[in-house]
Amino acid sequence: MSQTGKQGVAGGLYNRIAQPYLGLLRHRGSALRQEELDASHGTILYLEDITVSFDGFRALDALTLYVDVGELRCIIGPNGAGKTTMMDVITGKTRPDAGSAWFGQNIDLLALDEPRIAQAGIGRKFQRPTVFENHSVFENLELSMAGDKSPWKLLTAKLSGEQRDEIGHTLELVGLLERSSARAGSLSHGQKQWLEIGMLLMQRPRLLLVDEPVAGMTPQETERTAELLLSLAGERSVVVVEHDMDFVRSIARIVTVLHEGRVLAEGTIDQVQADPKVVEVYLGE
Amino acid sequence: MNLVQTRAAIPGRLLFGGDVGHRVFYGVLLALAVLVPLLNLAVPEGSALHLSTYTVTLMGKYLSYALLAIAVDLVWGYCGILSLGHTAFFALGGYAMGMYLMRQIGARGVYADPLLPDFMVFLNWKELPWYWHGFNHFALAMPLVVLAPGLLALVFGWFAFRSRVTGVYLSIITQALTYALLLAFFRNEMGFGGNNGLTDFKELLGFDLHHDATRVGLFLATVAALALGYAACRTITASRFGRVVLAIRDAESRTRFIGYRVESYKLWLFVFSAVLAGVAGALYVPQVGIINPSEFAPINSIEVVIWVAVGGRNTLYGAALGAVLVNFAKTWFTAAMPEVWLYALGLLFIVVTVFLPQGIVGFLRQRLGAAS
Repeated sequence: MSQTGKQGVAGGLYNRIAQPYLGLLRHRGSALRQEELDASHGTILYLEDITVSFDGFRALDALTLYVDVGELRCIIGPNGAGKTTMMDVITGKTRPDAGSAWFGQNIDLLALDEPRIAQAGIGRKFQRPTVFENHSVFENLELSMAGDKSPWKLLTAKLSGEQRDEIGHTLELVGLLERSSARAGSLSHGQKQWLEIGMLLMQRPRLLLVDEPVAGMTPQETERTAELLLSLAGERSVVVVEHDMDFVRSIARIVTVLHEGRVLAEGTIDQVQADPKVVEVYLGE
Repeated sequence: MNLVQTRAAIPGRLLFGGDVGHRVFYGVLLALAVLVPLLNLAVPEGSALHLSTYTVTLMGKYLSYALLAIAVDLVWGYCGILSLGHTAFFALGGYAMGMYLMRQIGARGVYADPLLPDFMVFLNWKELPWYWHGFNHFALAMPLVVLAPGLLALVFGWFAFRSRVTGVYLSIITQALTYALLLAFFRNEMGFGGNNGLTDFKELLGFDLHHDATRVGLFLATVAALALGYAACRTITASRFGRVVLAIRDAESRTRFIGYRVESYKLWLFVFSAVLAGVAGALYVPQVGIINPSEFAPINSIEVVIWVAVGGRNTLYGAALGAVLVNFAKTWFTAAMPEVWLYALGLLFIVVTVFLPQGIVGFLRQRLGAAS
């Protein structure tokens, strides 16, 4: 296992202070030496006994969760259930106090930082759409493209014909082909959400984490988003965090309910909604 | 109707439009490079068209400030790094040049010591400190103009960006950095001339610094450095690297989550900017004839930020314009009403912040955009 799992004061100091610096040395310019993801056992994400505390509050309490290759999983739960913290752990923003997180069988997520995790093939969509408002739609996708992202390479980087095609294909997929040269800041809320999904796709991720994709969307936009997410699963695994139960019903095969940093229930939407524990948590709110 | 609108839009776009403003900038530099030597050296002194050497040097000073302003705009306007310590890099470049110029004085100093600069003789030092060796060679001194600020920026930036210090906290530690250097360079024991700094320069590469032609040569070197520095900044900002830098400014964590090592981008941009500032400082020193610790004063760095804000950040040429305009105003005010200058500067900053948030260039762009 990696050194990041170190416990105690020394471990904490190591994780907070020394490790980022060592990481900078170790990973310098090594984008091309990225290990190839191995998910041959059929599971793409292993979270085991993940615990995260903030000043004594346990945001995640020994959370254990597995996501299969090609699966579309919905995660629901009341506010404070730990949904966003879980995404933070997977994408390297938050380091857990205990537990392990593996991407496929061979990539230890706790040993990597955010850019490395993104390059390893995990894409994340935020709750609030965050696109680069001052760049054109096309440039947003260009910047999100998979490949070497070291500063020196990008000083002279030129788009190849293939890369242009890939951007064009993504523009088409998310329905923004006509808005290609528009400033991203001028897009509607729904279009920004799609652009952000398009940006994730340009990274050619194996796992997509999508935080509340339909918040603030019109019914038509919601429907299009559902179609889009369904079309993405299969080739990739998709994890969606969502409050909108109708939306969850329309896309999910398996739903995981989080509560107080733990998995409360897991199953099809009907099983979950019939579960007395789930009913209690939701009605008790 | 459409045709008319298109035509009306053209002059505006030619002058200040996104891609054409820089041609005007190059045009102005070219005109200066041709006219200034002509009017100073070829036109006789009595003529109304004659440009005094004093004015040539003053313009050279402004243009070295313009290069410093471009360096600040590169990190602030494009990457959102509000450095309030950029004159530290400027002064370090200046000191490297100053040390070379000191060694050129040789035995012509007041104490006529063939090896030691005057201030060392005065302090009763018997030998040259190790870090002063080699500065008598131009080819050894000039790399330090670039290396000293570059290395400081590399070390400082590595820690600051690695620790994800951003916004106002970063601005404050850049102020602390330049203030710490100010205090250090004040000390005589540092061996950089203490309070008085380095001055009384005689010649550069064998050319007499008090000669008109040398002054014009320094002016031309400044114009060339400004043009090259500007071109380099444009190349950077027009590349995909530049688009990543803008992305970092607008949505840093998003940039990180799509796989960019944000701190590396900030670091290299910051180092390059510091190097530009160092070059500007090296051009400034032989023209003004002195470098002392007051160049490190935090207030100077804040003034640079005001120049950039006045001219219009995120445009590069706007920063250069702001530097020249504000310094021209400063020269005029400090001669006519010295006590008013700081108030005028403060007022200028308020006016620009409230009424011209995009600076002069942004205002002109908007007006010309609206007119079409």
